[in-house]
Amino acid sequence: MSFSKNGYLDMELLRFTTAGSVDDGKSTLIGRLLYDSKSIFEDQLEAVKRASIQKGNDYINLALLTDGLRSEREQGITIDVAYRYFATPKRKFIIADTPGHVQYTRNMVTGASTANAAIILIDARNGVIEQTHRHAFIASLLQIPHIIVCINKMDLVDFKQSVYDVIKKTFADFAEIIDIKDIRYVPISALKGDNVVDESKNMHWYNEGTLMSILETIPIENDYNFVQTRFPVQYVIRPLTEDHHDYRGYAGRVAGGIFRKGDNVKILPSGLPSKIKSIDLMENELEVAFPPMSVSISLEDDIDISRGDMIVKNDSLPTISQDIEITICWMNQKPLVIGRKYNLMHTTKEVKCIIKEILYKINVNTLEKIIDEKEVGLNSIARVMIKTTKPLIFDSYKSNRVTGSLILIDEVTNETVGVGMIV
Amino acid sequence: MNNLHLNHLRELESESIYVIREVAAQFEHPVLLFSGGKDSIVITHLARKAFFPAKLPFPLLHIDTGHNFQETLDYRDNLVNNIGAQLIVGSVQESINQGKAVEENGYNASRNVLQTITLLDTIEKYKFDAAMGGARRDEEKARAKERFFSHRDEFGQWDPKNQRPELWNIFNGKKNMGEHFRVFPISNWTEMDVWQYILLENIEMPSLYFTHQREVFCRDGNWLATAPFMKLKENEKAEVKTVRCRTIGDITCTGVTLSEANSLEEIIEEIAATRVTERGGRADDKRSEAAMEDRKREGYF
Repeated sequence: MSFSKNGYLDMELLRFTTAGSVDDGKSTLIGRLLYDSKSIFEDQLEAVKRASIQKGNDYINLALLTDGLRSEREQGITIDVAYRYFATPKRKFIIADTPGHVQYTRNMVTGASTANAAIILIDARNGVIEQTHRHAFIASLLQIPHIIVCINKMDLVDFKQSVYDVIKKTFADFAEIIDIKDIRYVPISALKGDNVVDESKNMHWYNEGTLMSILETIPIENDYNFVQTRFPVQYVIRPLTEDHHDYRGYAGRVAGGIFRKGDNVKILPSGLPSKIKSIDLMENELEVAFPPMSVSISLEDDIDISRGDMIVKNDSLPTISQDIEITICWMNQKPLVIGRKYNLMHTTKEVKCIIKEILYKINVNTLEKIIDEKEVGLNSIARVMIKTTKPLIFDSYKSNRVTGSLILIDEVTNETVGVGMIV
Repeated sequence: MNNLHLNHLRELESESIYVIREVAAQFEHPVLLFSGGKDSIVITHLARKAFFPAKLPFPLLHIDTGHNFQETLDYRDNLVNNIGAQLIVGSVQESINQGKAVEENGYNASRNVLQTITLLDTIEKYKFDAAMGGARRDEEKARAKERFFSHRDEFGQWDPKNQRPELWNIFNGKKNMGEHFRVFPISNWTEMDVWQYILLENIEMPSLYFTHQREVFCRDGNWLATAPFMKLKENEKAEVKTVRCRTIGDITCTGVTLSEANSLEEIIEEIAATRVTERGGRADDKRSEAAMEDRKREGYF
């Protein structure tokens, strides 16, 4: 293993999520990625070998590598989002492994919320099915920048190019009606390992790279919004010590744009102007801060600023409003109640809101608007109007995933019951 | 590629600092669990970065099994002194004396499980509403499903089927009276990330992590350090070996590995080449396939 402080330590981080229907081979694919990239340790592999033999499997069941909880092993399905980690010399990867069941839309939404890329699995024998539409729609709804469509089980269709071509065309046609920017297609066999990490010897007609090589090279440096400057104030640092008597730092994570020392800024919602005196991270004074850096900003002027305020530059201001249209995904057994108060968290701000009106529901399989049915229950996706007790400072989710997202919390149980993307 | 781009360690650092600041902002009485192991050392370092130049806005809590390496205690006291933090110690021995916990018997007796009792007691005593810990999702299967903000009921229990969805970087820390949260700021780090970050930031580490001579014995294929309260079986023999600790916790269940790694660089090379997981050396996980899941449900870290 070659090692240098500057080379080896300097990898990119890619977060991706996986979506597939039951039996599409998602767990096997993840097992294969981990196994072929040599991210599986001997003791893990031993445990899986033992379990495979016990279950009477003819081969090492790589799916067992990712089955986490006891209740899952009993039912043989994945019931919640699980996170996996592996690295190659080029990138470190975080997989949000989410189940493909109908009733678990909420888990896929969860996994998709932080992903740079989504792998959508399609069984080559079945082609694009209703659930594929749902997975693609959720990926577009959550604005995952890159989609990789894996056409799996190619070994069961004799590695035929015609099968791949038909599925690719069908998916591409569907993708045109939803908003997906970057789509790639790979024919694979997760079970046999074709085109996952190693190039397939059975599909010479395909030469656009293995899944792993795509994961390693997708350009992700522009996945953040570097244009509109957004700095939600998270915490005010006031040491109140002899050495730092007057220090007042506004701590937070840059949500958009580029901040530099000396920049003229505006504090929202007050609208007061000021200038950046310094950008700090511990002893280091920084010249520039950009997403997703956590820093502390101090200003030239002594202004009253607290958690939930936002520091921006004068160009391209966010919207400030109490009436907000959102696409909501409902995450709780108890359905949404119109007119009821919910707690709302958005960036670092907490307010209350009521849901004023359900404009329409969306059929996640056909993408049709449903106007006449107003019950928004678990896993429903709907377009709604909300009104907040205090104004939010926001952007559309399309232009900024941080300042465009919010969650709703039940006032009694404190559960996260709904998640919203601002239109 | 533009220059405005963080490498994986800086991105993880930024995420963790965000989580730690959320804890300070959302809770009234947070606490940072400090075991003296590398993960809690890294979190303490991140917490300092999060609030610098102010001091940590929460105390450190060490759940002391009484079965510690002396080096760990020295390191702890030194660190607390250097950064001007407040330290609270919860004693497992005291829980045993009070009859709340019962000492295990036999060769594999460990106070690891008893820590849960002391931890929950200490949380109640000081009315802590959020306890930050160094658990990572890559450590173990059951941990892979943990949230950053993990809700615990009034008995401190974890219900894996009823976890709150956690999206984007919005963390819901709302709770009812008597409930609390466990928060895991370095959830997304791997063992390798932790060591690379320690190197990048040049964080001082306890000498136990580096190669040294120690009296050890082999049990079920793992090397364990000898200690006055460890009983050897007939076929086990104590011998001096060149070792380093891969994880540091209670002596009874911390595996040491034969190693000559004497620097952070050498440790990282060793981990890159290692074919056994970090927890492979932890006796407590081997008790049953679902051992970790069961302990977590009851309120373990």
